[in-house]
Amino acid sequence: MSAPLWALITVPLATGTVLVIAGRRADRAAPAAGVAAAALALGLALLAAFRQPSVSAALLADLPFGLAADGLSGVLAVTVAAVTVAVLLFGVGDIGPGEARARFFGLMLLFSGAMLVTVTATTLPALLMSWEVMGATSWTLIAYRWQDTVRVAAAGTAFLTTRAADLGLYLAAGAAVAGGRTEALGDLDRLSGPWLHLATAGVVVAALGKSAQLPFSFWLSKAMQGPGPVSALLHSATMVVAGAYLLIRLGPLLAAAGWGADAVAWTGAGTALALGLVAAAQRDLKQLLAASSCAQIGFMVLAAGVGSTVGGTLQLIAHAAAKSLAFLVAGYWLTWLGTKSLPELRGAARRRPAAGIAFTVAALGLAGVAPLSLWAAKDVLLAAALERSTGLYAVGLAAAALSAVYSAKALWYVWQPRPDRPSRPDLPPYARRTVPRLPASLTLPFAALSLATVALSALVLPPVREALARTLGVTGTMPNAWEFALSAVLAPAAGAVAWAWGARRVPLPTPVIRWVSGWLGLERAAHAVCVRPVQRLATALAAFDDRVLDRGVEGLARGTVRLAGVMNRHAEAAVDGAVQGVAAVSRGLGRLARRPQTGQLHTYLAQAVAACTVLAVVLVLVR
Amino acid sequence: MLTALVLLPAAAAVLLLCLPRSTPRTAFRVVWVAVSAAVLALALAVWAGYRDAGGIQYETHARWIPSAGIGYHIGVDGLSLPLLALTAVLFLACSVHALRGTHRVREFAALFLFLETTCLGLFAALDLILFFVFFDLSIVAMYFIIAGWGHKGAGRAALYFFLYTFLGSLALLLGFIGLYLAAEPHTFDMVALTAQNPLAGRSAYGALVLLALGIGLAVKTPTVPFHTWLPPAHTEAPAEGSAILAGVLLKMGTYGFLRIALPMLPEAWRSYALVFVVVGVVSVLHGALVALAQTEFKRMIAYTSVNHMGYIVLAIGAAAAAGGSTGDARRLAVTGATYQMVSHGLLTGALFLLAGVLYERGRTYDMGAYSGVAATAPVFAALTGVAAFASLGLPGFSGFIAEFQILTGSLGPRPVATGLAVLGILLTAALFLRALQRIFLGPLRLPEAPGTARPFADIRAHEGVAIVPLLALAVVLGLAPRFVLDVIEPASRDVLELLAR
Repeated sequence: MSAPLWALITVPLATGTVLVIAGRRADRAAPAAGVAAAALALGLALLAAFRQPSVSAALLADLPFGLAADGLSGVLAVTVAAVTVAVLLFGVGDIGPGEARARFFGLMLLFSGAMLVTVTATTLPALLMSWEVMGATSWTLIAYRWQDTVRVAAAGTAFLTTRAADLGLYLAAGAAVAGGRTEALGDLDRLSGPWLHLATAGVVVAALGKSAQLPFSFWLSKAMQGPGPVSALLHSATMVVAGAYLLIRLGPLLAAAGWGADAVAWTGAGTALALGLVAAAQRDLKQLLAASSCAQIGFMVLAAGVGSTVGGTLQLIAHAAAKSLAFLVAGYWLTWLGTKSLPELRGAARRRPAAGIAFTVAALGLAGVAPLSLWAAKDVLLAAALERSTGLYAVGLAAAALSAVYSAKALWYVWQPRPDRPSRPDLPPYARRTVPRLPASLTLPFAALSLATVALSALVLPPVREALARTLGVTGTMPNAWEFALSAVLAPAAGAVAWAWGARRVPLPTPVIRWVSGWLGLERAAHAVCVRPVQRLATALAAFDDRVLDRGVEGLARGTVRLAGVMNRHAEAAVDGAVQGVAAVSRGLGRLARRPQTGQLHTYLAQAVAACTVLAVVLVLVR
Repeated sequence: MLTALVLLPAAAAVLLLCLPRSTPRTAFRVVWVAVSAAVLALALAVWAGYRDAGGIQYETHARWIPSAGIGYHIGVDGLSLPLLALTAVLFLACSVHALRGTHRVREFAALFLFLETTCLGLFAALDLILFFVFFDLSIVAMYFIIAGWGHKGAGRAALYFFLYTFLGSLALLLGFIGLYLAAEPHTFDMVALTAQNPLAGRSAYGALVLLALGIGLAVKTPTVPFHTWLPPAHTEAPAEGSAILAGVLLKMGTYGFLRIALPMLPEAWRSYALVFVVVGVVSVLHGALVALAQTEFKRMIAYTSVNHMGYIVLAIGAAAAAGGSTGDARRLAVTGATYQMVSHGLLTGALFLLAGVLYERGRTYDMGAYSGVAATAPVFAALTGVAAFASLGLPGFSGFIAEFQILTGSLGPRPVATGLAVLGILLTAALFLRALQRIFLGPLRLPEAPGTARPFADIRAHEGVAIVPLLALAVVLGLAPRFVLDVIEPASRDVLELLAR
């Protein structure tokens, strides 16, 4: 019964490890092995989702390594595995035969395997282990083209930011141990007193960091430096959604702590709104999509905060399909047209309509256009938000309109007529290139993900939605008809305005535009508040070590040597002088004692008389 | 059996010195590797025969200087067994790594084998004077290794190392004598002293003895502020010397805490545990921050040792906190501390051997002199990357298992201190990423110093054979820690019981 679950995590992790260790020797076999392992994992995920097994192995004292597939994690595991297959298929075409393919496919499998462990984890060690491995593999994937220092630095920023937030999970684990609730993740809400609040805060910080919510959002912008397939996987079904998933999973903990649910809901809503604005202000397609990831995941976090498991899960699945598709097309354009700048991508969709249509499906999905599934997902979770607070609902609705705006903006650029007059010197690079026909390794994932994005609309239908709710084992608020209608009108309307607006400048002061398009200056703030002070402190402490501590010890040693010199010169002279003095005095006394020894009888007689006289006098006086 | 394990390397060292100087170098190397392998085999045999139930096993007790209460008393328990195995593994790795060495091979091999005896003997010792003898002899042997086979400034660094740690050992001896005088009848036997708890109810005397022991062991560990001998010693020592110094010799300090200070001075330890918690946290943060500011690869690794050993001091300090509900947490902390000794030995050993590879190729440790080395030495880059990630506590490697236990176990008893210490994990991540980025990634650039005309060669066979098993072992300990934890956990329970008296 437990075999499929162990196999589910072992297949991608073991295949990935073997590929990475084999290195360039396995480059030829890597694509086939990678896709096969991912496909096998998909099959196993489906099996696990239906059988719902659970396994546990002893790891630390009272802290076992546990995995289980229940309704929620089963659905998530299938989503992760499916997106991985599509992205790896795309990778076969995108990562050319000349590149380190074994490393690429191996790391992607490790990354996705770590996400599979994250979603199925039932104990803290299992969660934390996969959580951190996912962060580290994201570093290796973003820095895949390691010769480029910019990409490597970006990878460092992404890893360090997420790891900073991960510290929260360490604290949460410590709180669980201190409070005696170590057996399972689900027990965390039974903690009491300060441990409950510490665990909640730790989980929330870790989740917000991983999901690139405010104020951690900037790392996702940096993560864009990775190859196209990496962005597609990282931004859709893995890594960034891990945080939202954890919050959905640990809803009872948020509720038990009292403040947790509200904090999470408002952070999610705020991120959806603010990063929606950031997305709308981008002129780079991948940056636009990255900001949109933060914003869309903001909705999932909002759902977790208001306790809408169904809405959050719907949003997660639908977003995974649409966003991975959008990133794959963006990656395709980047590889074949050599640009990700929106103005340079004018007309890109018209050059290869298959890719263009796929992108359109993805963008419409992200825009929340009815009847595509993100439309209904947002309404389901916003209905729960409305129950909590009208303000939350209004912010969410505004953020939903924004998602239509940035999607329409991207679509507007790529569907513009191609700039003609190809002899112009400032001609976009792609205009000079010949774009080859789409290979099967690209059309297949495009088609599959487009189909998935459209097909997931079925989740909108009430019976399907209720079936999902039953699978997840929850009953949630369902939106009223007017809410569906409102958002069904709102999205196209906002999109139409954005389309009509086109490439014209927004009438706002330049600093404001620059602030928003620069991801709200978050990275600069992090540098000013955290990075630079720490660096300065490190330098100061190193100087303290060298100049004070080390010098102090050396000074002690030197002082000892100097003391020895002083002793040598002064104390030694004194002691020696004393000895010499005793000798000199003895010698003098000896010389004096020799004086009376004259050898003449009369002197001896005189001495005897004198001595007797003295004796007699003494006797008389003493008596 | 245990005596054979301890004395075999020293006997081989004597044998090596008896061989005529004209013997081919290969013979010395073969003997060295073969003896190290035999020691490892013996250590594994000891492990195989060890019963997980706990308590001291393989005990040997012989009369030595009975008039002074000194005996030849050795044995192993769950604290010392993992360290004995670690010692055997690291010395074998170093002997393999040194296979291409040409400089006075006979003496180098003999010194290392002698050093191995002192390390094994120390971890097996159950008599304070025996412990002290091995403690001091290890300093002597390491002095000659640094001074004789080190880099340019080795003489000075070796002297600094020797005098500093020797001074520490004198403090330790004072503490031992204090324990001896307090015991009735006077004895240096650790088992008897532990059972007797001679300083129960004598708080001032206990505090003084703890002060002496604490300084002596803190110098060896080393903790802030007694750590400044470490960076120069490492920077100047040969790669194998650094690996042993950081991998094994530093553990003598923390092992001493767990073996001597906690069980023999439970009252004093409980009263002054906060001092050790603070010293531990300061070591964690100070070590990581100063490492972050380093520009030399080897010096940076040396400072991360201060950081990693700080976690151990924090854990054993936190173990003394009172409180009913935190019993499990404290056991987790002590187990994690012991696990960290093994883990740090493997990882830092591997890192120092890798630093040796870097120096051998480029003749400098300066990170700024290198860039993009991964292009010419991909395997070297990959191994260093793995070692770095393991050392920054990535799950899947032994370091995570150790630090996770320490941090989660210490949080309950000492929340504020542990909350600060957690930051160390982030700092080590930052410094290792930066080092990897500077040396291995980016466009290719190699140092242009005299003697570097040769191309930067990738890992050679003997280097790989030495380093890969260390990292593989770290993975095994990271994924399947139970077989070691089953040995350590009863011992940490015993330590806590003794501490609670």
